[in-house]
Amino acid sequence: MTVSRRLPLLLIPATLFLLVIYVWPSLGLFRNAFNEVGPTGAMVEAWSLATWRATFHDSFTFELTLNSLWLSSVSTLIALCMAYPVSLFLFRTDSRFRGLLAVVAIMPMLVSGVVRVFGWLAILGDRGLVNTTLQSLGLISTPLKLVFNWTGVTIGLAESIMPYMILALLAGFGRLDRTLEEAARSLGASPFRTFRRVTLPLSLPAIALAAGLGFVLSMSAYITPKLLGGGRVFVLATEIFEQATTNTNWPVAAVLAIYTLVLLLALLVVSNLVARRLQR
Amino acid sequence: MTGAGRVLSSFAALVYVLILAPIVVVVMLAFSADNFILFPPSGYSLRWFQQLAGHAPLQAALWLSVQVAAVVTLLSLAVGVPAALALAKGRFAGRDTLANFFVAPLLLPTLITGLALLLFFSPLKLTATLPGLVLGHMTVTVPFVIRMMTTALANLPDDIEAAAATLGATPWRVVRRVTLPLATPGLIACACLSFLLSFDETVISLFIAGPRASTLPVEMVRYVEGRTDPLIAALSVVLIVATLAVVLVVERLVGVARAVGK
Repeated sequence: MTVSRRLPLLLIPATLFLLVIYVWPSLGLFRNAFNEVGPTGAMVEAWSLATWRATFHDSFTFELTLNSLWLSSVSTLIALCMAYPVSLFLFRTDSRFRGLLAVVAIMPMLVSGVVRVFGWLAILGDRGLVNTTLQSLGLISTPLKLVFNWTGVTIGLAESIMPYMILALLAGFGRLDRTLEEAARSLGASPFRTFRRVTLPLSLPAIALAAGLGFVLSMSAYITPKLLGGGRVFVLATEIFEQATTNTNWPVAAVLAIYTLVLLLALLVVSNLVARRLQR
Repeated sequence: MTGAGRVLSSFAALVYVLILAPIVVVVMLAFSADNFILFPPSGYSLRWFQQLAGHAPLQAALWLSVQVAAVVTLLSLAVGVPAALALAKGRFAGRDTLANFFVAPLLLPTLITGLALLLFFSPLKLTATLPGLVLGHMTVTVPFVIRMMTTALANLPDDIEAAAATLGATPWRVVRRVTLPLATPGLIACACLSFLLSFDETVISLFIAGPRASTLPVEMVRYVEGRTDPLIAALSVVLIVATLAVVLVVERLVGVARAVGK
């Protein structure tokens, strides 16, 4: 018998740690959202809804929400189009390099976000790979604006969420049964038709889960919109950071953070519901 | 019909090119002889590595990051492994609830954790200090260690422990002489990954780091915001090589796909 009655005592340090350093600060964040900012700009302890009212009367909050939702949708869609073939490939391949290929597929996860942003600057910048190639081919005369705008942020974000989506897709591909595809093929379906009528429908729950994850990750991403946006891209994440550190307007930062969290929870619930419905 | 098929393999190959592109480009740029980001570089040199060797702020930040990551790793294992042991081996009421509670911080975006910690640490004067950074990073690494070690410990064969117990070993002795030695590869992999997680943690650090105590990713963000020359590319190459070395160790021990399996 290895099970000791005193075993649960081992949980005490971790529980205490998380209560003090995670639960308590989270409650503090919630508390801060009801404080006010005084005329001097200093925070005043209060239980008021003034910050909430001001934040949601501001049309900028609405704009930030639309920006975040749009950016996350497009990035998730692009990432899905890239992650799906790679996951399916990894799921099916019998290559002896499968392990290595899996590592390479999730490589962006293992490389610092700042490093990848730097790589995209070198690819998409005014004098980067894409522009110099197009110019030397004579296709364009002035460089295309590909970074420090929404284009750059979307591309960088899609790349950074892709590895997480690959893992989610791989985990969700369990129901894909090779024999069903073979049956469709032997009954005369073309490879494309087999994919559209058998493979794709069977993998829809996995797609819903991966898309939900990608969306949540892009909504809360900060480094990529900040650095590839070059100060011209405003989303909820960048605004929360600005309000908290540059403006030290903590009540507003807290309100925006809670608002973002509620949006994310709603999105997660929806994507889980969709995934469950598709599973049937 | 086995394997992946030609069409699918070609699609996948294309995506692999895209995945690798930013990394390959950074590596080439690190050896650039130019003063700015120009791709392909007009010439190659080691000047940016030399610059890096003499760049005091980045070196100070690197040193602080290594210190933080080392302390974070030790403390996370000290807090997380006992909890994982209890979760993997214990049968008690509320076990599943606790297991969910322990991994909950991983679900919260680090942007929000960072903000919560900034508000919490400011009155305590913990911002821009080593303890503050360590505690902040542990909100990410402790849940990670608990989750990874619970799986690793639960997958160990029960009968060896049972045998030791029947032969008269006390429960504590079984843990020390049987369970932990069997779990050593998992422990090392877990330690390596928490070190990397802490070393690479950017958003929480951006919230709680200050000019006096700045970690490497924070310094890198500030550098890229201010100017774009190949210095960060040279630093990136150093970091990529170091990360690859750690990943290879982990791959050897447990397999990365299983280790990061979310």
